[in-house]
Amino acid sequence: MYEFLKNLDRRWVFLMMLLAVAVPILFRAQFPERPTGLARAVFDEIEKLPAGSRVLLAFDFDPASEGELGPMATMVVRHCCEKKLKMYFIALWPVGPQMIDDVIHKVILSDFPELVYGEDYVNLGFKPGNEGVIKVIVTDWKQLYTTDDRGTNIDQIPMCRGIENIQSMDLVINVSAGYPGTKEWVQYAATPYPDKIRIVAGCTGVQAPLLYPYIPQQLPGLLGAIKGAAEYEELVVQKYDRKKGRQPAAKYQEAKRRMGPQLVAHLLMIGLIVLGNVVFFMERSRRP
Amino acid sequence: MKRETLIWTVVLVAAGLFLAYRSATNGVGHVYVDQTDIGWRTASPENVVAGTAAFSLSRTVGTWVAALFTLCILSFLYRDNPFYKFAEAVVVGVSAAYWMVVAFWTTLIPNLLGKLWPAWIQSWAMPGLSSVREPLWYLYLVPLGLGVMLLWRLAPKGAWISRWPLAFTIGAFAGLRMVSFIQADFLSQIRNSILPLIVFAENGAFDFWTSLRHVLIVGSILASLVYFFFSIEHKGVIGKVSKVGIWVLMITFGAAFGYTVMGRIALLAIRLEFLFHDWLGLT
Repeated sequence: MYEFLKNLDRRWVFLMMLLAVAVPILFRAQFPERPTGLARAVFDEIEKLPAGSRVLLAFDFDPASEGELGPMATMVVRHCCEKKLKMYFIALWPVGPQMIDDVIHKVILSDFPELVYGEDYVNLGFKPGNEGVIKVIVTDWKQLYTTDDRGTNIDQIPMCRGIENIQSMDLVINVSAGYPGTKEWVQYAATPYPDKIRIVAGCTGVQAPLLYPYIPQQLPGLLGAIKGAAEYEELVVQKYDRKKGRQPAAKYQEAKRRMGPQLVAHLLMIGLIVLGNVVFFMERSRRP
Repeated sequence: MKRETLIWTVVLVAAGLFLAYRSATNGVGHVYVDQTDIGWRTASPENVVAGTAAFSLSRTVGTWVAALFTLCILSFLYRDNPFYKFAEAVVVGVSAAYWMVVAFWTTLIPNLLGKLWPAWIQSWAMPGLSSVREPLWYLYLVPLGLGVMLLWRLAPKGAWISRWPLAFTIGAFAGLRMVSFIQADFLSQIRNSILPLIVFAENGAFDFWTSLRHVLIVGSILASLVYFFFSIEHKGVIGKVSKVGIWVLMITFGAAFGYTVMGRIALLAIRLEFLFHDWLGLT
């Protein structure tokens, strides 16, 4: 057994991981989620805004991280729609506008058709320049945003009139997959203007530990990876579906659905780590 | 025929037969759409069963291409192979082309040419752009000049000229990032770490859990800093505190690893969901 484990081909580990993720998906395994403080903080920050408040939604991710960040982007937009907030979508990643379009179709056009483009939400598209964009728009919005994603002059868009800079926003929500992302929003927007710019974020698992030092002074709320998304999903669904006696649509349960494979895969991972350590210590004890 | 080749041939033929069977009986990978007020949308399963949804050839082809490319990339887990190389090359090529087009339409056109000659750009590229020049429009001649200098490295002579705009870019970004780092990551972090170790709640009662959290935060920071303090030999009390610092660092790395694993599993889950649900129609 020892020799078998010591020389185990890593492809067997890959196969086990594939099965650990695939089986719960095929059997639709789901487990209850209990929201933690950070997810509740994000929920509360949006929840306390009065109807008509301005929210800047910066979607800085791409298809490669859509599986992790898509569910939280969907729920954030739904939450803003339920609260009747004015949504300003921007992206610092080149494929961000496609992610924005996807969420607009999935949530706004499908479930909130009464919302009007240009009055209730606007897609301002991608701007190159990474943190340079943030640095500029914290003081001068129109220096970079002269048109929306469709090419319409920003002065002709009713909800964009009177905005000098992003200090006019009541909340900034960033969904981030890396650079530029939440770290840059904290560095260039939230930290220099702590009384005027408030940011909450959702990020990938890789980023989350790097953002914890900013909590709670510079970053009041954070959705870390798919787990954070599932907790936030639960809070929104609880308030806007279950309390009204409705069953949530499948698209509003994506993160929770993906937590099933997480549980099984993590158990496998823990088992493999323990097994690896057992083999390591056995090998060490056999050394002369 | 080698044993391994035989096994893979059998697996691939079996998979092909399964796909052919599913395609003939269940319409595997077929995408149907509904026409709505907001355009063509993926049809609901009820409409597909009722026969009111329309078959979409383009979306069906897209689903098959996405599925086959996913399998090509995942095949690398077994071994490097031509299918993986092909998919990798396509991704690299498409990404590079996409970046070029995006850079042209989002940087060169609106941020440079649109500032220098707005009326001309408005006439053929961006109708929403104002045709009036900004008061200090001539300042944009500087980035135009720097851009030309940057491209000079392609010329047979005078490649050194491209170093000047590079030096400007590096200097500007170093300054920009240094200020933000000092403000957000250095000074703010010091301020955030100055916490009361004994906390009382609003009603005057001792708040044990918040106090414990603050003690842990401050203690962990000090222990980690001691570990990186090499001016004193790590012996006695200093040595013990620095050992605690190592433990703090290890726990941090473990948390980071755990988060990374969670992220990667989520990415695998979405690809498998796509294969099982959108392509094979198994769930």
